[in-house]
Amino acid sequence: MPTSLTRTVNLNGERRRVTVPDDAEQLLYVLRNQLGQRGPKFGCGVSQCGACTVLLDGQIRRSCVTPLRTVPEGASVETLDGLGSGKRPHPLQQAFIDEQAGQCAYCVNGMIMGAVGWLRQLKASGRTTAPSESEIAAFLSGEAPGSTQNYICRCGTHLRVIRAIHRAAEELLS
Amino acid sequence: MTLELSRRRFVAGAGTLAVAFHLAPLDAVAATVAADGLRIDESADDGSLAWLLLEEDRVTIHSGKVELGTGVQTALTQIVLDELHLRHGRVGYVQGDTRVTPDQGTTAGSKTIQNGGPELRQAAATAFQALLGLAAAYFQVDRSQLQADDGVISVVGTSLRVGYARLLDHAELVLVADPAAPVATPGEYQVVGRSVPRADLPGKVTAEFGYLQDVRVPGMVHGRVVRPSGRNATFASITPESMARARAIPGFLSVVQRGNFVGVVATSEWAAIQAAAPATGIEVVWTDGQPLVAQASLPEALRDPAQHYRTTQEVSVGDVDAALVTADTTVQAGYFTPFQMHAAMGPTCAVADVRRTPDRKTGVQATVWACSQAVFALRETLANLLGLPEPAVHVIYEESAGCYGHNGADDVAADAALLSQTVGKPVRLQWSRQHEHGWEPLGAAMAHDLRGGITDGAVVAWEHVVCTPTHGSRPNGSPGTVLAGLLTGSLPANLPTAAGNSGGRNAPVNYVFPNDRLIAHLVRSFETAGPTSNVPAAPLRYRFPRTTALRSLGGFSNTFANESFLDELAAAGGADPLELRIASHEDPRAIAVLEALGDAWANRPAGGDGTGAGVAFARYETEYSYVATYVEVTVDQSTGAIRVGRVLVAHDSGLVINPDGIRHQIEGCVIQGISRTLKEEVHYDDRGVTSVVWQSSPFNPGPQYEVLRFSDVPAIEVTLIDRPDQPAWGAGEPAIEPIPAAIGNAVFAATGVRIRTLPMTPARVLSALQEVQPRR
Repeated sequence: MPTSLTRTVNLNGERRRVTVPDDAEQLLYVLRNQLGQRGPKFGCGVSQCGACTVLLDGQIRRSCVTPLRTVPEGASVETLDGLGSGKRPHPLQQAFIDEQAGQCAYCVNGMIMGAVGWLRQLKASGRTTAPSESEIAAFLSGEAPGSTQNYICRCGTHLRVIRAIHRAAEELLS
Repeated sequence: MTLELSRRRFVAGAGTLAVAFHLAPLDAVAATVAADGLRIDESADDGSLAWLLLEEDRVTIHSGKVELGTGVQTALTQIVLDELHLRHGRVGYVQGDTRVTPDQGTTAGSKTIQNGGPELRQAAATAFQALLGLAAAYFQVDRSQLQADDGVISVVGTSLRVGYARLLDHAELVLVADPAAPVATPGEYQVVGRSVPRADLPGKVTAEFGYLQDVRVPGMVHGRVVRPSGRNATFASITPESMARARAIPGFLSVVQRGNFVGVVATSEWAAIQAAAPATGIEVVWTDGQPLVAQASLPEALRDPAQHYRTTQEVSVGDVDAALVTADTTVQAGYFTPFQMHAAMGPTCAVADVRRTPDRKTGVQATVWACSQAVFALRETLANLLGLPEPAVHVIYEESAGCYGHNGADDVAADAALLSQTVGKPVRLQWSRQHEHGWEPLGAAMAHDLRGGITDGAVVAWEHVVCTPTHGSRPNGSPGTVLAGLLTGSLPANLPTAAGNSGGRNAPVNYVFPNDRLIAHLVRSFETAGPTSNVPAAPLRYRFPRTTALRSLGGFSNTFANESFLDELAAAGGADPLELRIASHEDPRAIAVLEALGDAWANRPAGGDGTGAGVAFARYETEYSYVATYVEVTVDQSTGAIRVGRVLVAHDSGLVINPDGIRHQIEGCVIQGISRTLKEEVHYDDRGVTSVVWQSSPFNPGPQYEVLRFSDVPAIEVTLIDRPDQPAWGAGEPAIEPIPAAIGNAVFAATGVRIRTLPMTPARVLSALQEVQPRR
């Protein structure tokens, strides 16, 4: 029989309490169906595409393979919904608009949230220059140091996504 | 007054101007012709539909063409703004709703700007003429004295000015779109031709935009389907112990089984997933059906006469056989492309609310939110599947992940509708990734055999024999055109009677060859009523995976074959590939896109050392947009890996509505085209598709459906040839067609090896390299 679970998380700076009847339920479904989040998307359920990406305690996480029982009590969860708004977009969101980096844009949650987490890591490690376009492409292909996860875009917006992340990185890292 | 005002209410009532549409021919529409020639719609009532609605503070477009992620909302808005002489303004976009938008057919085939654009343009031009009429009445002047700019009409030479909002305050108009209403001339365009940013993007990158996957309705529960063990398998039973296990899942509601259609419904998405999984929920026992034709044998099987139900000769010019005999040099070659999939980023989804009785006021009994490219055809199909009259079904389009053609969007809507009808509750259903990859209707595998002759640098004979399964399985009203219908005993649609502009798309060449023949063998996708019959014999007797429209249909494979083979002829005849293409065209617009590659071609890598360049040409559907593509590749001769380093595209799709929008579509075509050329292949066994995720893993061993990664994407340069005096043609597909041949031609230049099979994987390239230069 499944085990029920109640968790309190800090979702985009707000304390939220959720109860699930099965503690194996993936964070993605909790976020989308109980906590009203639209940013993280179901893409593959097997951690191969990136559409469900969130930041869990600041770390890049694929929420489709993150059972709620593995989410620490009081953990911080950041989603695209909380990153910025149409009126006050985050620099990465603004850069995606400036570079017109989206067609269907279903995948864009992954690239933006992944880049937020990655650029923070780079900044924390003391880096003060934006990664090059080929470094960004390597990151998004799961070929960057410490990051083996691939991000898929099916519409073919890759070059614009890379440019958008580069543009935002120049602002965020300098 | 030069304009007779209609007193009937329309949608929002006073203060509105609507341009209505009718399915009946315009002449049949009861209308009053006002003094100035505008037709006032006599039959409009509260239920009338509009192309366009002008209110005091906003304009709303009602579009039967839907936003698939390609940016058409933005481009259609630009067209409307210019015809209304507005530069900015709030423009709403209501799309794909069987109750409030016109039926503009399927959103496909790069036809939204091409066909939907002019229809909307005419509606907006009609509205503008009405505004001029209102202003003429307002100022008591002749309309020839009026000019309009950005929502203000003024009397020339005076300070008299009036805004549209003020004019509309006096109006309550319902007009018939006038095909003769004068439209803006290219010189008058203010918004058309500009790279207006995408209207939908800010909402998408901030999660303020809701996709179909985000639709939630009151009382909604969650569904999940359980697919058969194979394409032709049939339902046997559900094991009793697994049924008991599913019932114990918190939130479980029911198991739905109708024929071979099996699904579960639960109060939460997670519970539905658990209930549908054999490890945690129901275990369904299936009986295997007839095996599919083996994937490994496809190149031969597609060519096997026993697999053909019809052969058609679709081009016949001159005497090919005689010309082959007399040509200086002749060449023949066979090509093959595999099954490929749309593979949307987000598995397809639907929400269906099928009630026990129709709504008293509207008569609607089933409301379905879907990402269908054809909401009206889906409505008819669902009505027949559910046993409801068509007006009782209301289909509402909501945007999903990009589809690139007819994917599972219609199938999932039918799944959700069947589940909802059975449980009597609104049901949301999103397919799993494995269902999407495993059950979406695919792009067809194709085989080609070409023969040609070249004399003195000119092609004197050309023959293309194409073997193709159907590329058209969209819903057509018959329940068997959706998966749920097939699984509940309905027959699929009849197979086509010609390759035509489907499997035969771009099989005919645009070159002027004196002797030219195209023969199409139509492949029997499933058992038919007889050896030459195109009528299905039974619902689940597939020989090959179910196939349908994937971006450019047969155009991708046919252009690969044609444009590779033309290079083979050029090489055999000692002709320059670019010059041969130019010399074989009489159409100046075709020549212009090819000549735009001239500089790059003149400065191309020498080739032969692993790096090389190739070109290819296509004219979409042989009659619309022109594309010429230049590609540079580097082939790693030790691994066979191809790296595309640079791509140039010269593109003429007539009038450019939004330059950046077209560039973006071209980039998408190039990248998806490279992916389909180098990586993509559906793998399947006797039962069905086995490449059900994006990469192989312990859970999904064996080859999976790999697509291009960010680090594999080359630099892309686009030259747009804008022709403002020409119609605007579609740009969503044309540029994908030349990609595989341009790559193959570049590989040939780089290595001397011709790759005639897709995908051009490292293993395939390496083996071809070793055939030419056997290892010691």
